[in-house]
Amino acid sequence: MRNLLLKAAQLTFLIAALFAFLGTDQDARFQTLGHKVMCVCGCNQVLLECNHVGCTYSDRMRGELASYVDRGDSDDLTLQAFVQKYGPTVLIAPTTTGFNRVAWVMPYLVLVLGLTTVVLIVRTWRTRPQTIPASGMGPVSNLELERYREQARKDTQV
Amino acid sequence: MSQIGSFALLLALVLSAYSFLAGLVALVRKGPAAERLGETARRAGIATFAMVFLAALVLVIAAFQDDFSIAYIFHHSNHDLPGPYKFATLWSGQEGSLLFWSLLLATYGLVLRLRYKTDSRLFAHASVIIAAVQVFFLMLLNFAAHPFALMQGTLPQDGNGLNPLLQYPEMVIHPPMLYLGYVGFTVPFAFALAALIMRYPGEKWIQITRRWSMVTWGFLTCGVFLGAHWAYSVLGWGGYWGWDPVENASLMPWLTGTAFLHSVMMQEKRGMLKTWNMWLIFSTFLLSIFGTFLTRSGVVSSVHAFAQSSIGDWFVGFLAVTFAVCLFFYVKNRSHLRSEHKLESLVSRESSFLFNNLLLLVACFTVLWGTLFPVLSEWVQGNKVTVGPPFFNRVNVPVALLLLLLTAVGPLLAWRKTSIESLKRNFLWPALGALAIGAVLIVVGIRPWKDMSYLYSLMTIMLSALVGLTVISEFIRGGRVIKGHTGQSLFASMVQLAHRNTRRYGGYIVHFGVIVIMIGFAGAAFNQDKEQEMGYGDKMSLGAYTLVCRSYTQEDKPNYSSEWAIVDVFKGGKQIDTLYPERRFYKASQQTSTMVANRSTFKEDLYLVYEGLNQDTGRPILKVHLNPLVMWIWVGVWIMIAGTVVALIPNAVAVRVTAPARIQAAPVGAGD
Repeated sequence: MRNLLLKAAQLTFLIAALFAFLGTDQDARFQTLGHKVMCVCGCNQVLLECNHVGCTYSDRMRGELASYVDRGDSDDLTLQAFVQKYGPTVLIAPTTTGFNRVAWVMPYLVLVLGLTTVVLIVRTWRTRPQTIPASGMGPVSNLELERYREQARKDTQV
Repeated sequence: MSQIGSFALLLALVLSAYSFLAGLVALVRKGPAAERLGETARRAGIATFAMVFLAALVLVIAAFQDDFSIAYIFHHSNHDLPGPYKFATLWSGQEGSLLFWSLLLATYGLVLRLRYKTDSRLFAHASVIIAAVQVFFLMLLNFAAHPFALMQGTLPQDGNGLNPLLQYPEMVIHPPMLYLGYVGFTVPFAFALAALIMRYPGEKWIQITRRWSMVTWGFLTCGVFLGAHWAYSVLGWGGYWGWDPVENASLMPWLTGTAFLHSVMMQEKRGMLKTWNMWLIFSTFLLSIFGTFLTRSGVVSSVHAFAQSSIGDWFVGFLAVTFAVCLFFYVKNRSHLRSEHKLESLVSRESSFLFNNLLLLVACFTVLWGTLFPVLSEWVQGNKVTVGPPFFNRVNVPVALLLLLLTAVGPLLAWRKTSIESLKRNFLWPALGALAIGAVLIVVGIRPWKDMSYLYSLMTIMLSALVGLTVISEFIRGGRVIKGHTGQSLFASMVQLAHRNTRRYGGYIVHFGVIVIMIGFAGAAFNQDKEQEMGYGDKMSLGAYTLVCRSYTQEDKPNYSSEWAIVDVFKGGKQIDTLYPERRFYKASQQTSTMVANRSTFKEDLYLVYEGLNQDTGRPILKVHLNPLVMWIWVGVWIMIAGTVVALIPNAVAVRVTAPARIQAAPVGAGD
């Protein structure tokens, strides 16, 4: 009898822990998914950040999101359901499929191209030979010397 | 009243058109007659200011006199609007803000035309370019967005009132600051184009415009961050930057302007990057105009956008013509922009500026790309996608981290070439310091492996520490040298050091401000929030705080009625504050607005929003945000402004000390 009670208590504890865990997980999913969807009332805000009390859209959309999460729908399925109902503008960022991939790739592509260009320019400038006059190096005039002094002053100032 | 304003605007257009055309003819022709014609053009430019000022004054007076026969006043003001907001009516709507833009441009033009003796030919060219821009805005005001258009039919008793979101003290200064920045870039643009057109020898035009560029950049910085602070205080969603298209529009010229302020030093010091700098300032001006186009054309949806109107087409035309003029003169005179020197090493101040420019431009491109991608997407696949904060944060945060790294390394590099040994010597202690700070943060509880945002946050703080330590070490190193020569205290030596080269050390102070802001941004990874219905005596806990709702109350004022909650804040069992979050209902516009209650400390902001009554239960809803380190952002902005002011102070002439003070101060008999 005592063992039975102990086992029942253990089982109750396990079930409670499981529910608590699932609840936390569902809360976290609700929060994550709620930040991937826009409120469509025109406020241009994230669904969970739309702070218009009485905004019929955000209350309804939050309710829908909660029901999808409770039902155990996957993230993709949930977001797809929102797209089906409210159109692609409901997603807060472009997807990584089709033409939308271009949105994500382009900035990195520009960064890589820019870096490559800068490095190539620097290398070209560095490897370009200096032209030396055929008559060889002549004496430096006072004017040239003054120009070099001025350049040295500029170089060391900042 | 409206007739005076309309006449002033029309006369201003005629005067600015004369200033442009007569100035142009005077530049093409030569001789005393052309000089006299040029002088009349200059004076017409000055008179333009008087007329635009008169028009703006008339609109402000009409707002104070509640002259609702003028449609603009009817739509943006009402009887009970407080005085400062009646003044702000000038820039609260489409037509008024264009008039304000024109007024600022005329004011900048006035200053430029009064200072023409610095270099009369260069200033005459710049004056013509500014007159051309002025003609465009005055044509808009006269023919497309007339601020003095009259109401049709029966005169209304009261106006619609100012948008409630704009009825906040910062909105009286945020738009002027932003516009001073936007419009101000016209001046360096005009000088750059003038220098290109006349193949101006040397870099004097850069020295002339240096202060203009820095002041303009300072105004734009203030404007951008005032906007962020306004969004944080009024919109009530707990954030300060939402990557809204109009916010992006202000950020883009700021990024290219920042790149220009850095790379222009290479032109001044080494005669390099002339083409690059020319196009940077062209781009900055074009982006300022492009931002205005975005706000006013309805091409992208934004919470800030003005009503959709046809003036977007005017801006497209102006952008196209300006770009064509810039391109034409660049192609014609590009031989004038050849570099005088080449880059000698990858490890040099020059290359750090190159990479800095690259990263700033990539950030600018990303913002532009993200802002316009919905339009592109609609064009290609038939539907507009949303490009929101996750996109901008994911793409821009790594770029910002690389920029921070460069901000740390760049100042330690010498012009032309730096030896790895000297870099190691200068970099070792700051790098060890930054690593130590990172280790402490991990021990304290930041777990970078748990979430990407924590990793970014940790890296931001570490790199900010690195920048801060290099800046401090630069001040101390320079200060010690002066101390050794003069014998004064280290602090006094550092002040003298900054005064000797204000641009360099002012720039370091700006960098210091930037890292303080970045640390503030890093705090966002740890934001928390909670929403709850709160009746009398109900409690809500978040972080270390417990909030107890003491009461709710209502108030009726001429302009609005408000409901607000009285909430006691407890920490560690002790009451530390009482907050009053408020929700207002503006009578004229029939719209509501939140007034956030914020308890701000260096550690965190306790940010409380009264969201109103739950329609189902009739109980009030409160939302509380706990936002760490936000105050650092606003403090950082003040440091940036201080740095900009220091950089604007003229350099003190270096004091040559022939007899070191230490020897003079040595005790008698020392060394005997």
